Amino acid sequence: MEVGICSYGVYIPKYRIEVEEIAEVWDEDAESIKNGLKIKQKSVPDTDEDTATIAVEAARNAVKRGKMSASEIGAVYVGSESHPYAVKPTATIVAEAIGATPDLTAADYEFACKAGTAGIQTNLALVKSDMIDYGMAVGADVSQGAPGDALEYSAGAGGGAYLIGKKDVVAKIEETVSYTTDTPDFWRREGKDYPEHGGRFTGEPGYFKHVIAATKNLLNKTETDPSYYDYAVFHQPNGKFPTRAAKKLGFKKEQFKDALLVSEIGNTYSGSTLIGLASVLDKSDPGDDILVTSYGSGAGSDSFKLKVTENIKDIQKEEPKLESFLKEEKHLSYGSYARHKGKVK
Amino acid sequence: MRDVAIAGVGITEFGEKWDSSFRDIFTNAGISALEDAEIGARDIDEIYIGNMSAGRFIAQEHVGALIADYSGLANIHVPSTRVEAACASGGLALRQGFQSVASGINDVVVVGGVEKMTDVENQESVEILSAASDREWEAFYGATFPGLYAMIANRHSFKFGTTRESMAKVAVKNHHNATMNDKAQFQNEITVEKVLNSPKVADPLTLFDSSPITDGAAAIVLVSGEKAEEYCDNPVYIKGSGQASDTISVHDRKNICTLNSTVKAAEKAYEMAEVGPDDIDVAEVHDCFTIAEILAIEDLGFCEKGEGGKLIDEGATELDGELPVNPSGGLKACGHPVGATGIKQAVEITKQIRGETGERQVSEAGIGICHNVGGSGGTATVHILSREV
Amino acid sequence: MDQEELLLFIFYLGRFDIITVPRFWRKIVNRYNLLGTKCEECGEFYFPPRNLCPSCRRKGDIETYRFNGTGKLVTYTVIRSAADIHEKETPYILGIVELEEGSRLTSYIIDCDIDDVEIGIKVKPVFRRLGEESEEGLIYYGIKFTPVN
Repeated sequence: MEVGICSYGVYIPKYRIEVEEIAEVWDEDAESIKNGLKIKQKSVPDTDEDTATIAVEAARNAVKRGKMSASEIGAVYVGSESHPYAVKPTATIVAEAIGATPDLTAADYEFACKAGTAGIQTNLALVKSDMIDYGMAVGADVSQGAPGDALEYSAGAGGGAYLIGKKDVVAKIEETVSYTTDTPDFWRREGKDYPEHGGRFTGEPGYFKHVIAATKNLLNKTETDPSYYDYAVFHQPNGKFPTRAAKKLGFKKEQFKDALLVSEIGNTYSGSTLIGLASVLDKSDPGDDILVTSYGSGAGSDSFKLKVTENIKDIQKEEPKLESFLKEEKHLSYGSYARHKGKVK
Repeated sequence: MRDVAIAGVGITEFGEKWDSSFRDIFTNAGISALEDAEIGARDIDEIYIGNMSAGRFIAQEHVGALIADYSGLANIHVPSTRVEAACASGGLALRQGFQSVASGINDVVVVGGVEKMTDVENQESVEILSAASDREWEAFYGATFPGLYAMIANRHSFKFGTTRESMAKVAVKNHHNATMNDKAQFQNEITVEKVLNSPKVADPLTLFDSSPITDGAAAIVLVSGEKAEEYCDNPVYIKGSGQASDTISVHDRKNICTLNSTVKAAEKAYEMAEVGPDDIDVAEVHDCFTIAEILAIEDLGFCEKGEGGKLIDEGATELDGELPVNPSGGLKACGHPVGATGIKQAVEITKQIRGETGERQVSEAGIGICHNVGGSGGTATVHILSREV
Repeated sequence: MDQEELLLFIFYLGRFDIITVPRFWRKIVNRYNLLGTKCEECGEFYFPPRNLCPSCRRKGDIETYRFNGTGKLVTYTVIRSAADIHEKETPYILGIVELEEGSRLTSYIIDCDIDDVEIGIKVKPVFRRLGEESEEGLIYYGIKFTPVN
């Protein structure tokens, strides 16, 4: 049985703030930050955008580009670490706004930056077990970085939505594995505006350990090695981490460079891996093999082996593609950025 | 249908009346009207009160009874009814009274309008007034009241080339007229520059394009034509009365530069009075915003659609012009206690026809028109008053 | 500002958002998806939705209709002053949009510079926050419009 991605869509707000603009406010050296994080700028939501609106726009784009009708969607999972409500699902907003209600199941996920890929796995299981025909997994965030915190340079906004099913599959999901431990490298307590993180602790015991283990497990399970893949997509909290992990695993730059968007849009958290994958799918050819590994602090990684099918050509004709969100940029000063992020209350 | 005459009029000072309550204000206006008509309480057959939102301004419903009570009419059980159509509540009350006397059911009716707006915080009064628009599909989607009129103004400028200066001149004129009205809220002159340079509220409208928040009341004694001479020696007759509805939302109108409710209400009133726009000597129109006065003079037929700005520029609507508009100072400068406005307009026209308005007296005011609008034009009333029966 | 100006100023700032939860929820599908109505009898489209066709009245035949959402700007204003809870949004562009099907509605025009807005521009719908009851209360989502480039 061929189960996989039947359609996908993304949404990235059009506002950007450059590292220089933030660094100047905090009297920090922009060049060293840009070099350290490999980030040029990040995306910023408009004042009336939040995780729900971004998730809806991405989900609508996925439905629009696909061949199914919204009423065929049997499950909607929205992964985010910045759901607008602490209690009340974002998934119901998305389901209602794409016209999938009422005959479906829906829920919100939270697993730092990997809640979106967790939703893909859930939908995969539901489709494989014949419980549903199509399932929607969305990863979206309007991430928070405290003023002056290192995260402020990278915490962006954006989302990706994937429709999982059996019909008109554009990329088969041939295998998925996960690697999970309890590793408190990053968290946000209930009722707090900004997250806390373990600084360098987020690196080795967090990101690298989980991304590498999950990817290796996938390679072992599928009896493939890095050279087998045309593309590799890794979660990208900054430009440095995915590059280092990929190289450590034995991937070459040509394989992972197309998915690396963090320098342009920042870390879109739950959207990050999904947007990276969309960028690759938008330019892939039938038969291409893609490896995807997400990472969520806390901590865990989901790794996927995908094979692109002939149907990719149909969806590549449909707008809006990822590229259109990168083309249209409006740059903000720190003052308007603070207003956009609600930091000025 | 019987003739209906205005036997007496009364009005309070308009403004922020911290010392006066809702009931004080109304009683004050009512007594003045009765004294003017030299009429006794026992002669009153019925009362109609225009009031937009006592329920929210002072958390008081059942204001018909309250007013009858504090006017000393409860112990003789005079029926009292409150009518509501947002800012056109006063116009509606006048029309209710007119109909009840014209029909022969009543001989003597008191019609009044009252609003006590300053007992709540300004923020809350804003909220209360916004309820005159479509709350679910206008206000909820970012519309403010000035915003709705501002969108009409922009479209009017786009279609007809109406200028900001013409709009500003409406405010300047009305402030000038109010300097001669001791009941007016703002008795000071302003300039076109002041209007244009005051803070923007909703482009192109500024603060001085807008009417204020006001406490005030007005009352009128209506009597049947045959009793007119009995009650007064200077009756003014209501020769025509018209009322019409339109969509509550501006967006549902095919042509937003016309308030069709005004056009239709005016048609009915002119027909009943057997007069036309050319016969009108003086007008009190609903200038909640300056653009609204331009719409009004067009929709009442004083000029072609789109020519309103020109009429203002020519000075035709000034006191000594061809058609003086808003000699009282209008809503803009005399003040806008919403429920009272429609009655106040008829009080002003009555006094103009009687020749009792002193410095702001319009010469040869034989026939006058009163035009009252609810919301952005969902309701309009037009009344034509005349010295001749 | 003298007292007169202050008085006027505060007076005309506002907009009013007391839309309670049931009141918002009742039309949630319409608000999220531009779901309006169409009279099959005369062919007129309605958004906001109407259950009675004003032209055909009892002879009308009202059906649900999903608008595609593109349209043009009939008129606009820039709201410079709004009530406290919306002060963060100002200045914002408010417009009347005529949808392709002919129906008109009022909403925000976003992602458009104040200097660039003009009558007649083409617009398309986007899903955004319309506001919130309060910091603790319900978040209202719905459709705003943005210029089509």
